[in-house]
Parts: sequence; C-alpha cells; structure tokens
Amino acid sequence: MFSLINILYLVAAVLFIQGLVGLSHPRTAVRGNQMASLGMLIAIIATLFDRNVLGAGARGYMLIAAAITVGALIGAVIALRIKMTAMPQMVALLNGFGGGASVLIAGAALHDAVNPNLQLLVATAASGIIGAVTFWGSLVAFDKLQEFLLPGKPVHFPLQQPLNALLAVLALALAAWIVIDPSSDATYWALVLVASILGVLLTIPIGGADMPVAVALLNSYSGLAGAAAGFVLNNNALIITGSLVGASGIILSQIMCKAMNRSLANVLLGKLGSGSSDGASADETYAGKVKSTSPEEIAMLLDTARRVVIVPGYGLAVSQAQHAVRELATLLESKGTTVEFGIHPVAGRMPGHMNVLLAEADVPYDKLKEIDEINPQFGQVDVVLVIGANDVVNPLANTDPASPIAGMPILEVGNARSVIVMKRSLSPGFAGIPNPLFAADNCLMYFGDGKAAVQALVAAVKEG
Amino acid sequence: METFISALTIFVLAVFVGVFVIKRVPPLLHTPLMSGSNAISGITIVGAMISIATPSPVSTIFGFIAVVFATINVVGGFLVTHRMLGMFRKKE
Repeated sequence: MFSLINILYLVAAVLFIQGLVGLSHPRTAVRGNQMASLGMLIAIIATLFDRNVLGAGARGYMLIAAAITVGALIGAVIALRIKMTAMPQMVALLNGFGGGASVLIAGAALHDAVNPNLQLLVATAASGIIGAVTFWGSLVAFDKLQEFLLPGKPVHFPLQQPLNALLAVLALALAAWIVIDPSSDATYWALVLVASILGVLLTIPIGGADMPVAVALLNSYSGLAGAAAGFVLNNNALIITGSLVGASGIILSQIMCKAMNRSLANVLLGKLGSGSSDGASADETYAGKVKSTSPEEIAMLLDTARRVVIVPGYGLAVSQAQHAVRELATLLESKGTTVEFGIHPVAGRMPGHMNVLLAEADVPYDKLKEIDEINPQFGQVDVVLVIGANDVVNPLANTDPASPIAGMPILEVGNARSVIVMKRSLSPGFAGIPNPLFAADNCLMYFGDGKAAVQALVAAVKEG
Repeated sequence: METFISALTIFVLAVFVGVFVIKRVPPLLHTPLMSGSNAISGITIVGAMISIATPSPVSTIFGFIAVVFATINVVGGFLVTHRMLGMFRKKE
C-alpha cells in the first residue's frame, strides 16, 4: 500500500510537469491545467489511504472532509469573483497560504516527532523560516497592491537593513537551537515569530511598480517552503512540486529584473527613487514643449493611420479601461487599420498582467506583441497610443546613464510617426523622473482619466 | 542519511526540470503560470491531511488549518487559471 501511494504521487508529479509544459502555448494551456488538476485529485485520493489517515478512522476522514469543504468554498468564491485587474492580489494571497500551510505542517511534524533525526529538524526549521517569511511577506504584498493599510510607495526607516540582518541571524540561531534541542515546541514558534517580523520588514520597502518581482519571488519562496515540508515528511510529491514552483518563481523574478535592468538586491531593498537624480527637472524638460490634444484631433490622426500600436500600462488596469480600449481597436480595424499591442514585461503589477487584462477584453492573443518583436517595427507605425504607461516608454533609459532607469529596455515608441500619450497629468511614473517623450516633436498629450478618455476617443472616431 | 540523499537527488533534479519547462512558457502566459503554480503548490494538502490524522490534538488543529490553506490554493488556483486561460483566444 505504502509503495502504491508513492507511485500515485509520482503520477501526480508527472501530471504537474505536463501541466506546466502545456503552458508553453495558449492552445495547449487549458488542457495542461486540467492535467495538473487531475494530478492533484490523484494525490489527494492516494493520501486518503495513507497509514496514518486510515489509522485515524472516521474522525480523521470527517475532519479532512470538513477542512477541504471550507477551503474549497473559500477558494472557489475568490477564484470566480476576482476581477482580472486584481489578479496580482489574488496570486499574492495564494502565495501566502502556501507558505502558511508549510509552517503548520512542519510545526505539527515537530510536535509529533519521537527522536527526530537531523533531516527532519533542519527541514522543519527551514520550513518555518521560509514559510513564515512567505506568509507575512505575501500579506504585506497583498495589502500594498490593494493599497489598504500601507502605501504602495517604498517604506524606509533608519537602521532598516541592520535590523533585518539581526532578525535573520536570530532566526538562524533559533534554527540551530531546534536542531540541538528539539524537546520544546516553543523554540519553533519563536523562530516562526522572528521570521514573520522579517517577512513584513523585507516586503515593506518594495515599491508598487516593483511588485511583479516581489510577487514572483514570494511565489518561489512558497514553493521552497513546500519542498522543505517535503523533506520534513520525506514526501516526494511535496519535494518535486516545491522545487518546480521554486524554479518558476525564481525564473520569473529574473525576467522581471532584466526587464528593468536592475539587480534583485536593488529591487528588494527598494532603492529605486530613493537615490538623488541629477537629471533635468520636470520644468526644464517640459517647459513650452508639451502639446495637448483633443479626442477630435486624435480621431483625425487615426483616420489616416494605416498602422496603430497601443501601449498599455498600469494606468489601464487602475481605470479598468481594457474593454474601452478593445472597442477602440475593433472600431479602427473595421476601418481597415492594423491595430497591435506592445506589451512591456513589467507593465502592470505582476508578470503577464497586461496580457490577461486584454485577453479578458477579447483582444486576440496574436495581437499582443512582446518588446523584442515590436521595437524594430515602430519606424513603420503611424500612431502609437500610450495608455497609462510612463517609465516603460521613457527614452532617458537609453540616453541618460545617471537616470534611475538607465539601461532598462523600453518600448521605443518615439520612432513612430506620431505618439499620443493618454495620462491624467504630467506627473512622473514610479521612477520619479520626467519623461522627455512628452516634450518630443511628434508627441501629443491627451489628458484625462483612462477609461473615460478612451470612451471619449471612441465617440470621436465614430463621428469622424 | 540514505533517505536524505535520495530526497536531495529528487529535489535537485526537479529544480532542473522546472527551469527547463518554465523557460518555455511565453510572457503572454506568465500570470496563468503563477496562479497555476500556486495551485500545484497546494500539494502541501497531502502533508496537511497526514497532520490532521495524527492522534495529538495540537497537530490535528495545525493540520486542519493547513488543509484549509492548501485547499484554497488548489481550488482557487486551478479555477482562476482555468478562467483566465479561457479568455486567451486567437483571431476569429
């Protein structure tokens, strides 16, 4: 029986890998997700025949059924209700629950262990530290994304780094204590407490626009905490899955950092925007050079355009403008214009955020172009519409080596014949620097609130 | 020590599999990748079920909460991924 369960776990792990392989293309992705869910079902059913679970009898099964029912209800309600614009919050929350589960599993295993061996103790400590950091870090990330209690801005205070280092050392010391003397549960919970404070403090300095990195990294931590719990229980299903998720999160964080030309350390310490920038001030950049425009004028420009590229940013998500943008795109296409979307990897608040929003609004995915694909083509584009994006189209990244975004790959919209930037005001983006694009000869500013502004534009195009 | 080495072997090899598989996921699907990996990391439900079943009440309580957390991940993760993936379609 015991070996059969392990073979079923192996089947589940293979199905999980197949599920991730399916995500390599939108065509196969739905099926991949179904295979992974089948794997999960197999793993859960197999566990119902575990020696301990069988031993617990009817009481055990009833408790398991009750817990699964509660969790399934909560999970289903969140999954079916959540708005696509709020996906980063949902992923942050799920990362946190993953970390929390690992903390509790390791705590229970330590509590029950008779003569625990070295592997169990080290893995328990690791599970407790990583799990608690993930849980609290994710709650802070959720809060920042929701802008509920904490500001989206980085939070800094004196001696922040020394304090974090001290807490990390303290957590490691408690870990060592658990290994040397595992007799008391209290040591474990002290470790969890210290790691919880560390999780909060590590996440508060990370700014809103850096959240894609934080969310990806916490995703990775939740996987690693699960793998550690796997080492605690000697359970291969947990180890394999934990390492897959751990790898996924790390790769995504790397991709995000590369897309901002910043190191992971720089993002995690919340350094952007805190340094002094010697670049030109907003007044110097914009004075007398910014041209404002109206929906009617844009409609005329669009009327003669053969090729239009729309560049969305976080502002699109905030104002829920994706459906209005889709309407505009359909309208232009009905007049024979080619419309595509240029997606920067860090646009939005999590990896792939813009793609999901536009997919929700029924934009076909083959119109969503990655930065490397669209950049060489801007020279042949008649009109670029930048909607709620700023730093990802700021040419200072290429021209000013002292700028905080120096070297960041940008969407080179300035190469198009005309650029229209839809924005509420000239206020700077997350990087806190002015954007010379707004003052460029071929750039027109269309001031307004994302959704309403796009709707006004749709009306103007219809009339024209 | 023997079991540790085999567990470690599985861990390291699975990390490599993960890296190679994840690198093939296009940026288009990075959000479903994250929610999908949330769902499969709900595999901790397996460990949590075993904690519920242990005789000690403390572990049963921890196990119960852990099963709730993990099930939220599993059900919430797979459902929301399914919902999202259904939105990705090609030009008609």
